[in-house]
Amino acid sequence: MSYLQIKNLDVRLKGGGPILRRVSLDVTAGQVHGLVGESGAGKSMIGKAVLGTLPRALEITGGAIMLDGTDIGTLPPAERRKRIGATAALIPQDPLTALNPSKRIGPQITRRLVDILGWRRADAQARALELLDEVHIPDPTRVMRSYPHELSGGMRQRILIASAFAAEPKLIIADEPTTALDVTVQKQILRLIAEMQKRHGTALLFVTHDLGVVSKVCDSLSVLYAGKVVEDARMQRFFMSPIHAYSRALLAATPTYTDPKGSLMPVPDTVIDAVELEIAQHDVRAQA
Amino acid sequence: MRDARAEVRRPIGLRLWLSGGWLSLLALAAIFAPLIAPHDPLAQDLFLGRLPPFWEDGTEPGYVLGTDSLGRDVLSRILYGARLALIVALVAGTLTCLIGATLGLVAGYYRGWCDRIISRFVDIWMAFPPVLFAILLIAVLGPGLISIIIAIVVIDWTRFARVIRAEAMSQGAMDYVASAQVAGRTQFGTMLTEILPNVLPTIVALLTLEMGIAVIVEAILSFVNLSISTDSPTWGGMIAEGRTSVHQAWWVLVFPLITLFLTVLSFSQLGEGLKDRFDPVLR
Repeated sequence: MSYLQIKNLDVRLKGGGPILRRVSLDVTAGQVHGLVGESGAGKSMIGKAVLGTLPRALEITGGAIMLDGTDIGTLPPAERRKRIGATAALIPQDPLTALNPSKRIGPQITRRLVDILGWRRADAQARALELLDEVHIPDPTRVMRSYPHELSGGMRQRILIASAFAAEPKLIIADEPTTALDVTVQKQILRLIAEMQKRHGTALLFVTHDLGVVSKVCDSLSVLYAGKVVEDARMQRFFMSPIHAYSRALLAATPTYTDPKGSLMPVPDTVIDAVELEIAQHDVRAQA
Repeated sequence: MRDARAEVRRPIGLRLWLSGGWLSLLALAAIFAPLIAPHDPLAQDLFLGRLPPFWEDGTEPGYVLGTDSLGRDVLSRILYGARLALIVALVAGTLTCLIGATLGLVAGYYRGWCDRIISRFVDIWMAFPPVLFAILLIAVLGPGLISIIIAIVVIDWTRFARVIRAEAMSQGAMDYVASAQVAGRTQFGTMLTEILPNVLPTIVALLTLEMGIAVIVEAILSFVNLSISTDSPTWGGMIAEGRTSVHQAWWVLVFPLITLFLTVLSFSQLGEGLKDRFDPVLR
């Protein structure tokens, strides 16, 4: 059962160049799919396209996004928003800006249950306490009454994880969930996400630039380069024998203990060059 | 864990005490002016003209801050003037805030064509010299309390629109706004429940500042004789009259000037103090 299926997705800058080019990927129930690539490759844009939060300057120009079997592109906007809210959730990158600073934690979690599942406030309250307990937050009752600025970054990321899982979505998109945290907290958060994902059987799309992280939590991965999926593989196969030259370079760039100063394998051009090259080729083809 | 700073209840600062205290005093004076004013603010008595304040020689008992050249009691006029000043501050300030903040919020959150129209409008508006604009407006509308309020709203809404637009824009880029939308909130709902509470501290600070500005604009208009009417006591009008006799009777100029200064200062300090106290990010 495939909870998220992206088929040949094209996203471009309005009146400009392509951002994503014929991206396809598949995340099945209970699986963790990694999405890796360097900055500017378009990783986050895939997540945003799925959740309907693309920046205004971008537009989807082709392809389909199937959320739990429905092509969300064909739904009218209000319907689409509802459907996305009911099936998907986001664990954002920066826990410091992802909670509304002027509201207490409690309502920020219960809001989803009330909005999406139509629960009564009291039930939502009880469920939120359970969830906070599930993500190992000490003294959940007090935390529910706190404002975000009273809590540390790690605590806030735990709260965001709890609220992402709150309405039992089928798909969760984790957009570099550990990048803004320091290394010791990163590990705990990763373990927590993996634990929650197993318990709830959610499909998880894990966006990151860190292959080390991917190897710990993912079952399969897609490598994205300049807006294109260059390799799609099961975890083990990828680390044993990457096929694409870019994947090999990416793997070889991982620092090791035995050769910490080992030379990096240069990738011949930058992301921008690759995009421009593609545009140039496209223009030549168009003229021919 | 909870940060230590959350445990410290911040005392109400000196700033809030002083500014709030002065403004409450003024509000009381305005409300009870008929009861506490020692004289009729319009009553003239040429035999009692230019009496000095109480600590100087040649005073009459009962005229604490002296009289002006027509023998009107300065203290009573200041007390009655507070009524007009505060009405203008509250009504004009609030209206300006409502109009400007709403437009700014919409422009900053929705962006796109909405923002383009509002922002260009603000740019054009701000190219008019504000005081001249106000004088022109009053000349067209005719003097009176309502004209003054309209003039202040018309010249000053841009201040709110610009600041709140910028604030709404930066809040709109935050992840929590995206989260709310992913959870199925409508755009309008997100604006009201997510953005508005976070720009509210700024709105409050601007509102109090605007009240101070409204008092100044009213004084400026009184100064050029375009305020309510020539015989209603206003601080600006008193300053204008006092100016002509400053060498013979400095008190007619100085006392309303001090009152005006303290009031405007208090409004701006009140705003800053409230912002410090209630902004969740600074708290």
